[in-house]
Amino acid sequence: MISLILRTATHFLFTIMLQFSLFLLLRGHNEPGGGFVAGLMAAGGFALYTIAYDVAATRQALRVDPRTLIAVGLAIAAGSGLLSLMKGSPFMTGEWGHLRLPYLERLNIGTPLLFDTGVYLTVIGVTLMIILSLAEE
Amino acid sequence: MEMLLSLVIGGLYAAGFYLMLRRSLAKLIIGLSLLSNATNLLIFTAGGLTRAEPPLVPRGADRPTGPFADPLPQAMILTAIVIGFGVLAFALVLAYRAYQTTGSEDLDAMKETDR
Amino acid sequence: MRLLLIAPILIPFFAAVAALTAWRRRPLQRAFGIAGSVGLLLAAAGLFESVRHHGIQSVQIGHWPAPFGITLVADLFSAVMVLTAGVVGAAVAFYSLGSLDPERESFGYHPLVQILLMGVCGAFLTGDIFNLYVWFEVMLMASFVLLALGGERAQMEGALKYVTLNLISSALFLAAVGILYGVAGTLNMADLSRKLPEVPSGLVTTLAMLFLVAFGIKAAVFPLFFWLPASYHVPPVTVTALFSGLLTKVGVYALIRIFTLLFVHDTGYTHPLLLAIAGMTMVTGVLGAVAQIDFRRLLSFHIVSQIGYLLMGLGLFTPLALAGTVFFMVHVIFSKAALFLVSGVVCRIAGTYDLKKLGGLYRTAPGLSLLFLIPALSLAGMPPLSGFVAKLALIEAGLATAQYAVVAVALGVSILTLFSMMKIWTEAFWKNPPEPERPREEKSAAPRLLIAPISALAILIIILGLAAGPLMEIAAQAAEQLLHPEGYVESVLGGIQ
Repeated sequence: MISLILRTATHFLFTIMLQFSLFLLLRGHNEPGGGFVAGLMAAGGFALYTIAYDVAATRQALRVDPRTLIAVGLAIAAGSGLLSLMKGSPFMTGEWGHLRLPYLERLNIGTPLLFDTGVYLTVIGVTLMIILSLAEE
Repeated sequence: MEMLLSLVIGGLYAAGFYLMLRRSLAKLIIGLSLLSNATNLLIFTAGGLTRAEPPLVPRGADRPTGPFADPLPQAMILTAIVIGFGVLAFALVLAYRAYQTTGSEDLDAMKETDR
Repeated sequence: MRLLLIAPILIPFFAAVAALTAWRRRPLQRAFGIAGSVGLLLAAAGLFESVRHHGIQSVQIGHWPAPFGITLVADLFSAVMVLTAGVVGAAVAFYSLGSLDPERESFGYHPLVQILLMGVCGAFLTGDIFNLYVWFEVMLMASFVLLALGGERAQMEGALKYVTLNLISSALFLAAVGILYGVAGTLNMADLSRKLPEVPSGLVTTLAMLFLVAFGIKAAVFPLFFWLPASYHVPPVTVTALFSGLLTKVGVYALIRIFTLLFVHDTGYTHPLLLAIAGMTMVTGVLGAVAQIDFRRLLSFHIVSQIGYLLMGLGLFTPLALAGTVFFMVHVIFSKAALFLVSGVVCRIAGTYDLKKLGGLYRTAPGLSLLFLIPALSLAGMPPLSGFVAKLALIEAGLATAQYAVVAVALGVSILTLFSMMKIWTEAFWKNPPEPERPREEKSAAPRLLIAPISALAILIIILGLAAGPLMEIAAQAAEQLLHPEGYVESVLGGIQ
C-alpha cells in the first residue's frame, strides 16, 4: 500500500526520530534516557520508513547490514570496558576525561558514554534484523 | 495494594499456564508471554511497593532528597523485559517456521520426536 | 589475575563478534571459531592454575563494591568447570570443521557456539544470582538458535519443546530471584549466604524448592527431564555433543552452588529430598535408555541417568561425596561428549543412527570401535577408567553415611548402563551388518579431523582414571571449599566488613 500522506509525514518524522534518539542517547548521561531507549527510538524510525516504503528502501537508507551494526556495537561496548583494564582497574570501571570546547563549559566524557553508544548500535541492529527479516517473509 | 497485585499476578500465572496447556501453537506463545509478565510483576511487588521519588540525584545535591524507590527491582525487571522481548521474538519466528514445516498449528501433530 | 577471571567470558565474546563481521565468509568464521575455542581453553587452564595456587579469587566489575555491583568469583569448582568447558569447546570446534554442512556453517554456527561458551563460562564464574539468570539466558538464546538452525521438521518440533520448557524454567527462576530479593534484600550470593540465616526458615525452604524446580528442569532431573530425550537428538551431532557436555551440567552446577552456599539451613529436609530425586533420576534415565534402539536417543537418556549420580553426591553432602561429584562432573562431560562425537562418525560411515540397521563396524573401523569402548566403559564404571574412580568415591561416601538404598540403586544402574553400552557395541560394532536395503554409497573412512578430537577426549578419560590420586586431591579441595563457604564469602566481601 502506498500512502502519500504517510510518505510525506515520514520524511519529517524519520529525521525527527533519529535526532531525538541521539538526544536520548546523550541525555542518558545524567538523566533518564540512554543507549537502549535511544536505540529503540532510532529503530522505530527505520520501522516507520519500512512501512511507508519497503524493506529494500530501508536497507538502502541504512547503508550497512544490521548484522554489522550488532557486531560493531558489541565490540564498542566491550571495548569500552577494556579501556579500564589497561589502567589497572577492574573490567568496566568508568574512566573519565575532560574536554574544553569553545562556547561550552567543561565537558566530561567517559567510557560509560562509549558503552551506551555500543548499546545504541546493538539495539538498532537487533531490532532492525528482527523487523526486516519478518517484513521480508 | 499488595493484595490487588498478588491477585493480578496469580491470575496472570493461571491464565498463562492454562493457555500453554491448550493444543494451539499461538496460544502457547501468548501463554509464555503472560508467564514472563506475571514474573516481572512479581519481582516488582516482592521488591516492595513505595510511594516515592525516582532514585535520581537532583542537580546540586549529592544524594536523593526525600524517600526514593528501590532502583534494583526496576533494573531487574528492565533486564528481564529486554531478555523476554528477545526470547519472545525468537519464539514467534520459531512457531511460524514450525507451522510452515509441519503444516499444522496443533501441538498434538508434533509428536514425531517423542517416539 | 583480574584479567584471567574475565578472559573466559571476553575471549568467546570477541570471537563471536569477529565471526559476526565475517558473515558468509566460511574460512574466516572457522578461523575465528577455532581461535575463540583454543583461546578459551588456554585462559581456562591459566585460571585453573592460578586458583589452584592462590585460592579463591574474585573481581568486582566496574569497581562497584561487592554486595552492590556484579562480582565474578572463581573457586576451585568454578575453575574446574570452566576448564572442562574449554576442553569440550575446543574438541567440538575442531570436530565441527570436518562434520558440519556448509549451509549451517555460513548461517552463524560459529558465532553462536562462541556465545554459548561465553554464557556457560559466565554462569560458572558469576557470584550474583541475578547475573546467573542473565548468563543462563545468554546460553539459552544461543542454544535455541543452534537447535533450530537448519530448519528440518524434527528440529522444529524438538526446538519448540525445548524452548517452551526452558522458558517456563526461566520464569520460575526469575520469580524465585525476585522473592529472594524481597526477603533478603541482596542478590550477591556471598552476601545472601550471610543474610539468609536471619530469614524465617520456612520461607527459605520454599524458595529452595522453587529454585530446585527451576534448575531441575534445566538439569533434567526426575521428573522434569522429559524435554531432553525429545529434543537432544534432532540437531547436528556437534551441537548435541556441546549441549550434552555443557547445558544440563550448568543446571547441575547451579544446584550444587545454591545447595552448598545458600540453602544449608535445613539439610535434614532438603538433602534427603535431593538424594531421592537422584535415585529416581538414575533409574528412570537408564530404563529409558535400555528401551531405545536409536544411537543418539539412547545416549540422550543416559545423560539423564548420569545427572542422578551428580545429585547423589550433593544429597549425601559429605566431603568425599562432593569430591566424587566434582570428579564425576569432569568425567561425565568428557565421556558424553566423546560418545556423541563417536555416534556422529558412525552415522557418517553407515548413514544411520538406527542400531538395527548398523553392524560390522568393528571390521570396517576398528580404531573407531576402540574409541567408542573407552568412554562407554568409563561411563559404566569399569576400572581403570575415570568413571570407576568417580563412582567409587560416591559409593564409599554413601556407605559411610549408611545410605544403602541409594548405593544399591547406583550399583544397579551401573550394571544397566553397562548393559545398554554393550547393546550399542553388539548392535553397531560387533554383529554382522544386515543386508543393505539399497547399495551403500562409497564408504568414506572417518577423516582425521573427526577422529582427533575424540582421541583427545579418550586420552583424557584414561588420564583421569590413571592419575586419579592427584586429581581426586584437587576434587577434594574443591569439595572442601564448597562445604566451608566462609572462604568464598571472605573472598567476595573481604574488604568490606
